[in-house]
Amino acid sequence: MSENNISIPEIKFTKLFINGEFVDAVSGKTFETIDPRNEEVIAQVAEGDKEDVDLAVQAAREAFDHGKWPRMTGFERGRIMMKFADLIDQNIEELAAIDAMDGGKLFSWLKSNDIPTVANFLRYYAGAADKIHGEMLKMSKQYQAYTLQEPIGVVGLIIPWNVPSTMFFIKVAPALAAGCTIIVKPAEQTPLSALCYAHLAKLAGIPDGVLNVVTGFGRTVGAAISSHMDVDKVSFTGSTEVGRLIMKAAAESNLKPVSLELGGKAPLLIFNDVDVDNAVDLALLANFYNKGEICVAGSRVYVQEEIYDKFVEKAAEKAKTWVPGDPFDPNARVGPQVDKRQFDKILSYIEHGKKEGATLLVGGKRFGDKGYFIEPTIFADAKEDMLIVKEEIFGPVMSLMKFKTVEEAIEKANKTCYGLAAGIVTKDLNLANRVSRSVRAGIIWINCYFAFDMDCPFGGYKMSGFGRDLGLHSLKKYLQVKSVVTPLHDSPWL
Amino acid sequence: MAGESNGSAENVIKIPKIKFTKLFINGEFVDSVSGKTFETIDPRTGEVIARVAQGDKEDVELAVKAAREAFDHGRWPRMPGSERGRIMMKLADLIDENIEELAALDTIDAGKLFSMGKAMDIPGVSGLLRYFAGAADKIHGQTLKMANEYQAYTLLEPIGVVGHITPWNFPSTIFFLKVAPALTAGCTMIVKPAEQTPLSALYYAHLAKLAGIPDGVLNVVTGFGHTAGAAISSHMDVDKISFTGSTEVGRLIMQAAATSNLKAVSLELGGKSPLVIFDDADVDTAVHLALLGILYNKGEICVAGSRVYVQEGIYDEFVKKVAERAKTWTVGDPFDPQILQGPQVDKTQFDKILSYIEHGKKEGATLLTGGKRHGEKGYYIEPTIFTDAKEGMKIVDEEIFGPVMSLMKFKTVEEAIERANNTRYGLAAGIVTKDLNLANRVSRSIRAGTIWINCYFAFDPDCPFGGYKMSGFGRDLGFQGLHKYLQVKSVVTPLHNSPWL
Repeated sequence: MSENNISIPEIKFTKLFINGEFVDAVSGKTFETIDPRNEEVIAQVAEGDKEDVDLAVQAAREAFDHGKWPRMTGFERGRIMMKFADLIDQNIEELAAIDAMDGGKLFSWLKSNDIPTVANFLRYYAGAADKIHGEMLKMSKQYQAYTLQEPIGVVGLIIPWNVPSTMFFIKVAPALAAGCTIIVKPAEQTPLSALCYAHLAKLAGIPDGVLNVVTGFGRTVGAAISSHMDVDKVSFTGSTEVGRLIMKAAAESNLKPVSLELGGKAPLLIFNDVDVDNAVDLALLANFYNKGEICVAGSRVYVQEEIYDKFVEKAAEKAKTWVPGDPFDPNARVGPQVDKRQFDKILSYIEHGKKEGATLLVGGKRFGDKGYFIEPTIFADAKEDMLIVKEEIFGPVMSLMKFKTVEEAIEKANKTCYGLAAGIVTKDLNLANRVSRSVRAGIIWINCYFAFDMDCPFGGYKMSGFGRDLGLHSLKKYLQVKSVVTPLHDSPWL
Repeated sequence: MAGESNGSAENVIKIPKIKFTKLFINGEFVDSVSGKTFETIDPRTGEVIARVAQGDKEDVELAVKAAREAFDHGRWPRMPGSERGRIMMKLADLIDENIEELAALDTIDAGKLFSMGKAMDIPGVSGLLRYFAGAADKIHGQTLKMANEYQAYTLLEPIGVVGHITPWNFPSTIFFLKVAPALTAGCTMIVKPAEQTPLSALYYAHLAKLAGIPDGVLNVVTGFGHTAGAAISSHMDVDKISFTGSTEVGRLIMQAAATSNLKAVSLELGGKSPLVIFDDADVDTAVHLALLGILYNKGEICVAGSRVYVQEGIYDEFVKKVAERAKTWTVGDPFDPQILQGPQVDKTQFDKILSYIEHGKKEGATLLTGGKRHGEKGYYIEPTIFTDAKEGMKIVDEEIFGPVMSLMKFKTVEEAIERANNTRYGLAAGIVTKDLNLANRVSRSIRAGTIWINCYFAFDPDCPFGGYKMSGFGRDLGFQGLHKYLQVKSVVTPLHNSPWL
């Protein structure tokens, strides 16, 4: 394991960002954010609670009901968002280093991938801000009618710790474009980059009160946002159990609409006709990317029987190239899990896998003796009723299974309460079409994996949630449809 | 004094024979598993029309099983959209052939005007079916513009098994508001009609089978909300719930959905819609709209314009004219073609409305007209108007769901907008003005899902309808209405050697 501590940036922002100012929590409390490489405290961050949420909502409410932001043209909002994107580009290394430390994510990938991508999310939605169209309708009587797509108002965005920057902007960018005002509650495990973005937002010219960030815990800050009578909408990405709490809180308070992006147990279906090396590479990527801490991880790998043995052999071999190590070390490919809780949970699932009788192919234990590093782990000959196959592990643990026919593959792929993503590896056109339509999941990757894109809607089927992020679809989450109807007289056409 | 008819009991000549009183599950009319039945009451007399099968959890299980099978393995989603459309057109034709009988059913079940049912509601539902039938083969996903070398597109897939929970105020209209787009999308469904008005839903089930809707696609489970409705909302195999009804029940449904399988939910709830009338309005037109806005369907409509704000320049003339016109609004047997207002749907609503009227009197509003029961049998209430009403009074803040108008005066457009928005609801609003700028400004400023300018209740199959704020979320009607029953799936494949990106 590398000793590469040289890129630690100074932590500049640790307070709540409300109405354009960095402020302490009303209670004065703070909480620790931990470095998963060495289990040490990075910084003390302000711990928001209900009173802080009230202040943030008040600021956002005022900014929406009377402020400049929704009253600007979409074009002008877009200009400011473009400036925001430029400021992010000017600070890529620092932002990447913060997420690397806070979340155990690979510094090199953050620098070349995650952070530049969030700037591009901002640019994508900046470009959409002046292209939000309602429709003129075709009434069956003499009426002129049209729909307006209006900003829904004050939105609460509750984001997870696995891809903190990406998730921040997946939600913030379309909400800004729509003309909404926002309270973000970042995950308590990874609060730091969100506060940096708040600072840059102000520099970019986002007016006070439009973007507020309240760091703290789910059961205090998150709960306060979900049940606030003056929040018009909540968008959440995270665990299924918390999704339930949020939806219930919304129902009990002001019946605010919710969008939820929850867990997954995505199947990766690999058919006989593929290049086995490519298939193995995809399967390893699908399971070990971001140390398995990704909702769409292809954790159930089904390989058709003719190539199964060859696949198993190559997977065991190539898994060795997924080297755990310090996220600042350019040679490391698997950083530490985000915190002790996740670390313990994953190791516990691995023990279950061993006890349940799956064959441990590679990995299966902690890596090193400090920090939350786990060896990339593959179980072969796994079965549908094993815990490791049924439940979302959220770590670098692959379950490998064999199948015979396409019908069997489809049935097994769908045999889950989740439905977030699925992968299909085949060269056959008909197989691709049939299986992509038959697997009930919100995104189907054919001969690729994690192929996210700004223009491509993303979200769950079944208990993986509802609502879509990314693409123009996600703007809908932050807009409301208003119909306006007026009688028509003497129109030369209908 | 409100116009009199010759009372309730006489005009019972048009009662149709009640042919369908059992649950409709998997293409068959069946008793409930428990054998229990419940009464459905005629609000003209308070008497029992018929006993209807009372569905509960076990019946919902059977219905969901049938719908699940029909979706996962049956023909309906596997037909092309145009074929689904053909069958829906046939159902529309069958409805047209039975307009009188269907209208009569809703009249005796809900106290709705027979003439309106015949001329508007029932033809309206066949119109809805035809609109959505025509959309079935025009549901488009998109090909996307990826930032890397990928081919990607979205598919709009039917969401699966849908639960529709419908209210009693427009039993036929709301049945098809939900069922038609869900059928178009290729979904299968369980409908739980309101216990006050189960009859027409069962008739439609019969016609659906005649039209060729395959068994299991459309199931109807009559019964109560706390049993059948709750079972549907918390069922692990129902993929989506669409509900129209009260705010309190909407909460229960959303909570049940969250606690069970996190099924997607759409809610269309209550309202307390403002009708804002400016000085430049023609007073006679405005009076007509205001009365229509609160008295149509005996005030039992979520978008009723129950808060009427009149600008001070025309206020006195308005008050005089509205009091006069209200007196001509005849109340009586809904089969009588001279009658404009039938009975409230049941005793619960009747008592609740009278209680609100008493509150209005106690809270110090001025009773302009009406204010009490009409006649001594059945649930008839006089058209009632309060003036000098204020925000803070129950009659102004809460949804009454009856023929009770609160009339208030305003000075400036800013005041009108502020008062219009001073509510947790946001379902609809009306604006009466000839001025273009006022119309544009106020329509954008009032936070409600539908804004009617110089008209009211201007619904249309192509015009999305639904709530802002605590009036709910999700839209019925129009292509927006289809989206409730579709899911977006993205499909992504790497591209090689594409001559353009």
